[in-house]
Amino acid sequence: MSRSVKLAAVALLCGVALAVANSRIEAQQIAAQAAAKTSSKLGLGRPALPDEIKAWDTAVRPDGKGLPPGKGTVKQGDVLFQAQCASCHGEFGEGAGRWPVLAGGAGTLKADRPDKTIGSFWPDLSTAFDYIKRAMPYGNARSLSDDDVYALTAYLLSMNDIVKDENFELNDRNFTSIKMPNAAAFYDDDRETAEKQFWKKDPCMKDCRSAPKVTGRAISVDVTPDSKSGPKVD
Amino acid sequence: MSDKSSADILNRRKFLGAVGLAGAGAALGAKPAMAEGVKPDPLITEIQDWNRYLGDGVDKKPYGVPSKFEKNVIRRDVSWLTASPESSVNFTPLHELDGIITPSGLCFERHHSGVADINPAEHRLMINGLVDKPLVFTMDDIKRMPRMNKVYFLECAANSGMEWRGAQLNGCQFTHGMVHNVMYTGVSLKTLLDEAGLKPNAKWLMLEGADAAAMNRSLPIEKALNDCMLAFAMNGEALRPEQGYPLRAVIPGWEGNLWVKWIRRIEVGDQPWQTREETSKYTDLLADGRSRKHTFVMDAKSVVTNPSPQAPLKHKGRNVLSGLAWSGRGTVKRVDVSMDGGRNWQTARIDGPVFDKSLVRFYVDFDWNGQELMIQSRAMDSTGYVQPTKDELRKVRGVNSIYHNNGIQTWLVRSGGETENVEIG
Repeated sequence: MSRSVKLAAVALLCGVALAVANSRIEAQQIAAQAAAKTSSKLGLGRPALPDEIKAWDTAVRPDGKGLPPGKGTVKQGDVLFQAQCASCHGEFGEGAGRWPVLAGGAGTLKADRPDKTIGSFWPDLSTAFDYIKRAMPYGNARSLSDDDVYALTAYLLSMNDIVKDENFELNDRNFTSIKMPNAAAFYDDDRETAEKQFWKKDPCMKDCRSAPKVTGRAISVDVTPDSKSGPKVD
Repeated sequence: MSDKSSADILNRRKFLGAVGLAGAGAALGAKPAMAEGVKPDPLITEIQDWNRYLGDGVDKKPYGVPSKFEKNVIRRDVSWLTASPESSVNFTPLHELDGIITPSGLCFERHHSGVADINPAEHRLMINGLVDKPLVFTMDDIKRMPRMNKVYFLECAANSGMEWRGAQLNGCQFTHGMVHNVMYTGVSLKTLLDEAGLKPNAKWLMLEGADAAAMNRSLPIEKALNDCMLAFAMNGEALRPEQGYPLRAVIPGWEGNLWVKWIRRIEVGDQPWQTREETSKYTDLLADGRSRKHTFVMDAKSVVTNPSPQAPLKHKGRNVLSGLAWSGRGTVKRVDVSMDGGRNWQTARIDGPVFDKSLVRFYVDFDWNGQELMIQSRAMDSTGYVQPTKDELRKVRGVNSIYHNNGIQTWLVRSGGETENVEIG
């Protein structure tokens, strides 16, 4: 910048050099603009302190990354669950009213009405720990200790018959050894191959099908607001 | 159904020709026809209050609201859908809207622990994990970064999810109203990540909200660096609280759940976290008992918003069919409309801006003689994807995948103009 100013001043003094100086100023300006563009740092924000990261970063991954030190047994989890969770999820995780069912449903995923619970559906145990710790109990999140969360996770394993011993202790060392029954049944989005027939050059425009007949009517189901029952969406 | 083909109904030239003839006839004998039995309209012949007395002054409404005559234009919810209104959804009144921009106050809401009430001065954004320097930003910091403005649709992965097994809810507000389309102002996610500096093994991000659900989702780094934003404004003003005030993620074309609201933390990692919202929820159970996960993109979709069950046809003769189309894979290239349940199709007229991963508005101007109609629309996008029928989708996916139902909607218009959500076979 200051060099450009200097050059401009020189140019004013030496009229004959004006054209040359101008082109040099332009070149410098272009270079300065390019430098501004390539510099990726704006210098905004400040370093996050270790205590701050610890306070917010509670995420737990399937490989156990993020698990805090701690432990809890099925028995301890049962006591906690009845006090903190059963009013919505039922004594055995069966779900009160329309609240989520947490246990049961094994082998129902191909059924007409699948029962998707932690035991029957969830692929990773880490998800239960992560989710309980960040978001439960509903309406009083982040109120459980790490040991509480281990104990509740152990109780959920027990309710889902994944562990059988009520004295079983779940802790940060044995956590990743627990395998969930449905772990292998998930695969990445494959629509672009499995549904490639939906990419079409010239969709039919004329006489594309036989005369249609009405096969279902929403007014027969009659669940548009004010009705008390109907399909469920998560 | 009448034998009259959809092409005939939609043939605007023919229709205009007919009007032209009728118009000429009316002109010849106009006077007696007009005079007989038609009384002068008192709304014209008598002076109305609003034509005599003063209206409100400019000091009356520092922040304006719609006319009281528009009180039906509201979000609605379906109480039986969920156990609690704080982890629930409501629906955009698509049948009452036009153009492509959703008014901020009508944008559908989906919360998992209610609306977080955050003073922007107390909001913090943290970036940690596989970065050179973990950082904390204030809203002031973020507003000092280079800005961008983009119009995108946000569609809930569960939009139309209640319709997998058949016609359930009677109105496009309920069948298709988990979508909105606004202009976002914010900063590119890349700008923020560059400040912290990504480590070479950075492959995934985890986005986390500041609400009581602390909603978290894993996002592949390629998408994050491509077109994602953190937005602080929608439609020219600050985000609404229910849309993530003061800061939300904008993940263009991808399922709404990823658009983490009240975003407070981005963790950089080398693999996905398999959070609750990408394992228990937002995975798509297929008929063989296996499930797709990370089905991020929202496929091409459309719906006729008028006529529809909440907006029946009221007039014979000239009518405007209006609808919305969108695709998470790019731009909408074409929308076809059928009046006879998919036997015959005609290309609709798209009017207004066509943006990448945004709603577009389409119209068909048509003449209706009171015959029964089975109205459908079919979107095509810039990748050549053609919106499938529900039956085509069910053939691949069964009926228990909950999410990503972009099947073609059918409205049955009965002879009196009443319109119903139906399935046809």
